[in-house]
This record gives sequence, structure tokens and C-alpha cells, in this order.
Amino acid sequence: MANAPRTLFDKIWAAHVVETLPDGTVLLYIDRHLIHEVTSPQAFEGLRAAGRRLRRPDATIGVVDHNVPTSADRLTAVNEPESALQIATLERNVAEFDVPYIPLADARQGIVHVIGPELGLSLPGVTLVCGDSHTSTHGALGALAFGIGTSEVEHVMATQTLLQKPAKNMRVTVEGTLPVGCGAKDIVLAIIGQIGTAGGTGHVIEFAGSAIRALDMAGRMTVCNMSIEAGARAGMIAPDETTFAYVTGRQFAPKGEALEQAIAWWKTLPSDADAVFDKDVTIDAATIAPMVTWGTNPEAVVPITGTVPDPADEPDPERRAQLQRMVDYMALTPGQKLAGTPVDVVFIGSCTNSRIEDIRAAAAIARGRHVAPGVRALVVPGSGLVKKQAEEEGLDRILLDAGFEWREAGCSMCLGMNPDKLTPGQRCASTSNRNFEGRQGPGGRTHLVSPAMAAAAAVTGRLTDVRELAA
Amino acid sequence: MKAFTTLTGIAAPLPLSNVDTDKIIPARHLKTIERTGLGKHLFDTLRYNADGSENPEFVLNREPYRHAEVLIAYENFGCGSSREHAPWALLDFGIRCVIAPDFADIFHGNSFKNGILPIKLPREICEQLMDDARLGANARVTIDLERQVVVRPNGEEIPFEVDPLRRHMLLEGLDEIDQTMAHTAAIGTYEAMQASDKPWLAGPGTTALMDTAR
Ligand code: SF4
Repeated sequence: MANAPRTLFDKIWAAHVVETLPDGTVLLYIDRHLIHEVTSPQAFEGLRAAGRRLRRPDATIGVVDHNVPTSADRLTAVNEPESALQIATLERNVAEFDVPYIPLADARQGIVHVIGPELGLSLPGVTLVCGDSHTSTHGALGALAFGIGTSEVEHVMATQTLLQKPAKNMRVTVEGTLPVGCGAKDIVLAIIGQIGTAGGTGHVIEFAGSAIRALDMAGRMTVCNMSIEAGARAGMIAPDETTFAYVTGRQFAPKGEALEQAIAWWKTLPSDADAVFDKDVTIDAATIAPMVTWGTNPEAVVPITGTVPDPADEPDPERRAQLQRMVDYMALTPGQKLAGTPVDVVFIGSCTNSRIEDIRAAAAIARGRHVAPGVRALVVPGSGLVKKQAEEEGLDRILLDAGFEWREAGCSMCLGMNPDKLTPGQRCASTSNRNFEGRQGPGGRTHLVSPAMAAAAAVTGRLTDVRELAA
Repeated sequence: MKAFTTLTGIAAPLPLSNVDTDKIIPARHLKTIERTGLGKHLFDTLRYNADGSENPEFVLNREPYRHAEVLIAYENFGCGSSREHAPWALLDFGIRCVIAPDFADIFHGNSFKNGILPIKLPREICEQLMDDARLGANARVTIDLERQVVVRPNGEEIPFEVDPLRRHMLLEGLDEIDQTMAHTAAIGTYEAMQASDKPWLAGPGTTALMDTAR
């Protein structure tokens, strides 16, 4: 069946099968393994207990991101003791096991899913894993990238492989031109709104269509990042000239002849024209509007022109109770317009939206305006390199002049694991990926939006249709 | 990993469905660096009052359930996060087997990986076992993985299904790494092929990273 039409996923999968076991489980080779302080300590503990080493420390890289403070004095300031312990443990482990490591003081430190592509560690056609669900981000380059648990982290460390059952193929095609004021975040929120948080369960989603092709790499990463929120095992986008141009010149990417050789293979990866997908969904880009979540999962999303649904309209009692709980938790009223809802905090950052393109989008709205009174607005670049570039472009000045905080790289307020947290009852317009109860801090209320929409909320003090601010 | 063959012990009734990983162990206890020691936070919000004292109503705070080794629950046990703290907390408390009508996928896999046997049985049977469990010390239940049966206190045997590979690994106390280590030669062959076909794929390596200026 060598000539049967295959998808992008099928091709990368097939290129990494070490062995197929009798029950159909595959021993899959892993090309790149990214580790961070939260999900690695017990894996190293396991290796140590069994007297094992890493099979390929050279294909592994460690960085701290989840627990690090993002304040300017973070190298000297005292961190929360449990965070400090996790960070110190990673540093001890990478030294003991000879793993390449990017320390906090390094200019390249940042969120693991930002630095992977940025440094050329994530490449088209590779298998890449990390003990974090948003590893799907790297699929934007045309890689097969997915999050794993701690036992699997240990398994990859020891064997450079994983035991995996093949996933099904799903394609989400977004055709046409996005309306003004909309971006990648709106695309992916609209997709999740349509297919639901379980829409991709058991599948790897390939994003295709002219609206996806037209995205830059940052936008593609935003889309793939959130494929996990649709329940998918991974998300991916076929590599093309945009991808090759992005990879070229990155620190650890192949160079010269090696790069040409790599590109020749990468060009063979896109799904064959007649490849069959188990599930196929098409969305018209022209129908997408700037999106905002109103509830406590990413599927509870509407256009900014929309209203909070009324749980009473839901026939299924279990669903109705769930909707009611969301409305109550979010302190909203059924039928209420989302636009105009006052916010306390604005967070621009996370592995979903903290790349230079995202910061530019926020700065474009912030320029010449000011953060509304009483609102705290944080901008947290995804990596030290993003921060540096933004400063070279003068974006930090625009944001600081407008009253935004300009912070050091890390996961920050994406999850309540470091000092950047919401306090109970605070309402936040956030560019992150999860609006679960308490995700940004106990009792915090999250509205997921794009960077431009977040900046618009910051300067008006309320959820705002960014299109009203343009021009 | 500790082998699992036959277990006879106290079963604790937890008549709840959708017990999520946050209920099993709240996220605020995830900042650990070891697998052990989480047992004291198992079911934290159900088990302790706001002032930190034990809630005497909660099953695991009552005798004989403080020594429970089996947990009986209802649908969709273990939904939520993919982090393995939930099985670690169960194991550290002493629970080696959970019986429920069904489990969240990731939790199900994570349980086997950590030496816990999750058993799926129909709701009616779980209800019977729940009633058995309510009898406390008078009702010890036996889980025989070898023969794939749960033995009720009245001697009735209830057969259950389990993936043959998973069963084998639990019986032998093998973890997946041991299993994969048996394929080391194939992994080496694959690596040699990759190195010649796709030399550009070599990792960044320690030296490269250290050599670069800040
Ligand atoms: S930014 Fe948020 S989602 Fe991304 S890796 Fe960090 S904590 Fe996870």
C-alpha cells in the first residue's frame, strides 16, 4: 500500500515507526524532547531510582517557564518556596543528566512552546514531545507534536521512543479572507465554538485552506496551540514556503546543504490531494468575527457582537445545569451583551499569543491611547528574544507610555502557578488558551480573546469590539 | 513497579460520578518534585474542613476505610487533567484498584502506568459492590488479576476485562520502560538509518547550546 494516498500525519508517523507490536501499538521514535520544571522532576526521580540515563540528551532541551516570576528583579527576588524548589531541581537534574539547558538568566529563556520554534529546535517533519498539553503548538511547522504525561517523559528520556496507538485524521479547512480586525485567535476560537471541546477527540487535526495558508507562522502557532482545546491529540499545518522562510537562519535549524536536503524532504510531506480524512469540517473565513469566550471552557465562545446564552433555552438538563454554573461563575446575566462588560485585568501573553506579531498587534491598538483607570494590563513576551526584538522596534515604549506593564518572559498569568495571578472575582481579558474555573488564580474570571481585542479591552476598560477602535 | 497479582482488602464506597482529577488532588498540591507523599492530600476538599481538620463524614476518614485498598465509584472517574498526580495520590494513600462503570481515558492509562488497576464494570454491578463496600470491615473484597475476577464478600465471582498486555505488565510488575528496553536493538537500527538518511536531524547537543553567546 506504499502508494495509497496519505495525510501529512500519516507520512510523519510512518517515518518514525521503529516497530509495530502485535496488538497494533507502535514504538514511535521521538526526534525532539522539550522539558520544563513542572512535569520533569518525577521523571528524573524515576530514572535515578532505576539507574537509567537519557538515551539522547543531545535531542533534549530544558528550560524554566511555568513557575518563574516575570518581574524585572526576578533573578535576585525570592520566589515562592515550592516554585524555587522545582526550578532548583530542574537545574540539578540537567547538570546530573547532561541535558542542554537554558537558564533563567539566558536571553533565550522563555515559554517552552515559544522557544522551540524560535531557536529552530522544532522543525517540519519531526516528532516532538513535551510534558505539557500545548505542545501541539509546534505542529504549526508541520511537525507531529503532542503533550505527554510524566511517565511518558521518563519513557522518552530512557528510550527516545513512545508507545502509541495511531490517531485518526481530521481536517479543518478555513477558506476565504478573514474580515478586518480578525486574526488567528479568532479563527481557532471560532473552530472550537463550532466543533466543541471534544470535536477533535482521538484525532490529529490538520488545518488547511486559504485562510490558514495566508497566516504567518505566529498565527499558525496560535491555531495549532489551541487544537488541544478541541480535544485533538495534536494539530498540524503542512509546511510551505512560509515555513521554510521561518526556519531558515534559526540557531539550531539545519543550514546550507543540510537545509536544502531537509527542504527537499519537507516538500514531500503535505497531504496527498486524494488523501482521506476520517472527519472533515469546512469554515468560511468571511463569517468569522472577533471572538470572546463567556464561559469556563473554550467552546463557550461568541462573537464580540453576541450575547450570553440563556441556560433556560437548553433542553438537556445536565447541559442546562452546566451552562448555569458557567453563567454564575462568570457573574454574567443571560442575554447580556458581551461588549461593554467591565474588566479588571488584561493579560497579553502565554504560548498562544506572546510572539512578536502578537505584541505588535497589541501595540498598534495601544499607540496614542491609555489603559483605562483601575485596569491592570500586563504584556508578557513569550521569550527573552521576543522581548529584545520588541524593544528594538520600540514597542515597549508604546506600551509603557500607554500604561501597560512590560514584563520578563514566562507563562505568567496563563495559569496560577507563579506570582502573576488573578484575585477572587477579578475579570480578565486574556490572550491565553484556557478559561477554566480558577485557571488564572482561584475565583478569577477569564475571557479568552486575541491580542488586539485584549489591548482594546485594556484601553476602554471593558470588552470591546476592536473594529470600533481601528483607524 | 510493584507487581499486582491478587489483592484482598477493604473497599471504600465513593458513590459519585465525574470525580475529576482536581477532586482527587487539587491543583494547588501539584508543585511537588516526588511521586510520594501526596496521599495526605487525596480528596483534599472532601476530606478536610476549611480549617484543615478532618471531615468526619468523609468515607476515608472513617474506620475501616482509612485502610482502603480498593475504591468503588461511578461514571467517568478521573476526568480533567493529564497530570499523573491523581494516580500518585491514590497509590500513596494505599489504593491499588478503582472499580467504576467507566474512566476518563488519560486517567485510565496513567493508572496502569503507575501500578493501579482500573476495572470497568456495568453500573448495576458497581451498585452491588457499592453496597458491599458499605459493610466496611465485614466485607473484604478480592481482586484476582490472574483469573480476572472480583470476588464479592458473599463469594460470588464477577469476571472483568483487561487489556492482555496491560495485565501481563501488572502481573509481572513491568513498567513500560522495561518493556521498551527489550527493543533497544531496533531503536539503535532506526537511529542509524535516520543518521544516514536525515543527518540534518541531529539534535542541538549540549556543546552547541553552551557554545553560543548569551
Ligand atoms: S503559557 Fe500557559 S499553556 Fe502555555 S505552556 Fe505556559 S502554562 Fe502552559
